Amino acid sequence: MALPEQTGSGEPLIQVENLCKIYSLDSGAAGSKGGGTVNSQVLFDVSLSIHRGEFVAIMGHSGSGKSTLMNILGCLDTPTSGHYWLDERDIALLSDDELARVRNRNIGFVFQGFNLLKRMTALDNVATPLLYAGVNRSDSRKRALELLHQTGLGNFAAYQPNQLSGGQQQRVAISRALVNNPQLILADEPTGNLDTQTSREIMAVFQQLNREQGITIVLVTHEDDIAACTRRLVRLQDGRVVHDAGVLA
Amino acid sequence: MSLLAIIGEALRALRLNRMRTGLTMLGMIIGVAAVVLMLAVGQGAQTMVNQAISSMGSNLLIVVPGATSSGALRSASGSVQTLTMGDAQAIASLPSVKAAAPLITGTAQLNYGANNWSTVVTGVTPDYFQVRDWGTDSGALFTEVDLRSATRVVLLGQLTAKNLFGDEDPTGKTVRIKNSPFLVAGVLGVKGQSLDGRDQDDAVFIPLTTGQRQVFGNQFPGTIRFLMAQAESAEMMEEAEAEMNQLLRQRHRIAEGVENDFTVRNMAALTAVASGAAKVMSVMLGAIASVSLLVGGIGIMNIMLVSVTERTREIGIRMAIGANRRAILAQFLLEALVICILGGVAGIAIGIGGAWAVSQAVGMVVVITLGTVLLAFAFASAVGIFFGFYPARKAAALKPVEALRYE
Repeated sequence: MALPEQTGSGEPLIQVENLCKIYSLDSGAAGSKGGGTVNSQVLFDVSLSIHRGEFVAIMGHSGSGKSTLMNILGCLDTPTSGHYWLDERDIALLSDDELARVRNRNIGFVFQGFNLLKRMTALDNVATPLLYAGVNRSDSRKRALELLHQTGLGNFAAYQPNQLSGGQQQRVAISRALVNNPQLILADEPTGNLDTQTSREIMAVFQQLNREQGITIVLVTHEDDIAACTRRLVRLQDGRVVHDAGVLA
Repeated sequence: MSLLAIIGEALRALRLNRMRTGLTMLGMIIGVAAVVLMLAVGQGAQTMVNQAISSMGSNLLIVVPGATSSGALRSASGSVQTLTMGDAQAIASLPSVKAAAPLITGTAQLNYGANNWSTVVTGVTPDYFQVRDWGTDSGALFTEVDLRSATRVVLLGQLTAKNLFGDEDPTGKTVRIKNSPFLVAGVLGVKGQSLDGRDQDDAVFIPLTTGQRQVFGNQFPGTIRFLMAQAESAEMMEEAEAEMNQLLRQRHRIAEGVENDFTVRNMAALTAVASGAAKVMSVMLGAIASVSLLVGGIGIMNIMLVSVTERTREIGIRMAIGANRRAILAQFLLEALVICILGGVAGIAIGIGGAWAVSQAVGMVVVITLGTVLLAFAFASAVGIFFGFYPARKAAALKPVEALRYE
């Protein structure tokens, strides 16, 4: 497969402008009088554009706002102000159902804690997004099994998450993320719960997906060697982008 | 997500918590079983009352001698003998009255071979059987000829026939009433219990004239014990009652302002009260049983709320991979509904079994209709939707980020 060189061509897949996120907390416990609220701003005017086929690492200390940014990019949370276009669609204009559809069709999630559904086989875990997309059970399972084979877990389809190792669980999670052929994979510290060797294997899977299938991957991490596996590094500090440049391989 | 897939998910989730599902379902099972059982018992009672009412005969009016009160002194009606055969004939010729049957009654000993049986002997005219809508199982009713010539024929009630003859066919045989021989003309059909609880099949009937002249004797010849009249139709009951009152006052020469020396009882009013009471009982039993169904429903709501809280993270994951609010709502609503429907079906089965056991154990009449079963089923489903909706909506209203972050 030829190396897809989509970077810089056409409209960006992700276009973020002046994104702000303010969390309002009830002040009851916070000490101020009356029923006022305490506002805490987590993102300040973040602007970012990511093109199709990019492999981006977002780094920052805890509290830097990287998880909040990921949640907004993943349509799990909404910004307080600013704009977010995903594939040229203004996310702020979408209803809850349309957001669910975007999460289902356009985005695949990989989490630090794997977030697989308990007491469900690996196969059913991978097939679930297809069920929500309205695909019937047998077709869903066929497609899910294909993906498990692709990530090297073909023999573990009938296992439940608690019977699998961390690395295997993360592979199941990646299979699930890929099952609806998304344009974008968002990975929130995908190697955070894994040992070095397994982390390297998981990163190899991501690199392969990016290189061979041209899937755009945005990954949050605070480990430098993980970030080094990507092709672009965005560093956040106190809710602002302080660094954005290509990674020297 | 297709409905089938959601049902699959719901069943899977319920299987994971067998114990909890079972206990929640038990609440539902008990509730539905109680409703089915109570309705069966209530409708059984209603059926019994209705049978008693229809066994009495339709559009019936009863005239008894004596007033319920005479000045300050209240006497039992029937304690004096003021009605005569002439009154009966006059009433029979009223336009609103189809037939009138005078009666005299007494108790007597009957013998057949070595068997004897003491029962109520009633002297009647052939009209009586028309009024009571009563026919024979074997043999034939006696006729006007028997009445005119005061023949010694007798019709036996089912119970009397059984006690005297066992399995023999009594028709054509001879029984002795107060030692006089009587030819058995026939055996009457089964009537069952009357409204006041007497067994109507424990009786024998002889021609009125035979009774007057040969069996009872009478202080006042020509008087009768009471009479039964049948109105032309249900709508004419009131009219018949009024006409009979007027006629009898005239015949008995009762002056204006003086109380009647007879009482006309409209049986339609009585039966309305009796069937009304049975219906009220039926409704009351059902209402009491539905309280347990309500408690079962609250149990479901409670468990579903716990379940939603426990599975907040699962809900978050499902939302992240593309479940919309409707899918989450449907999943939890269906879980509640599945509990209710399975519990409802089991409850219906247990309720039917319980009703059968009750009928076997205490000999009560129980009636289970398709309506009862459908009502119980609909009730169970309604409880599922009603009590499952709030927890399901709570689950669907969760914000994806917050649900995912939930530990």
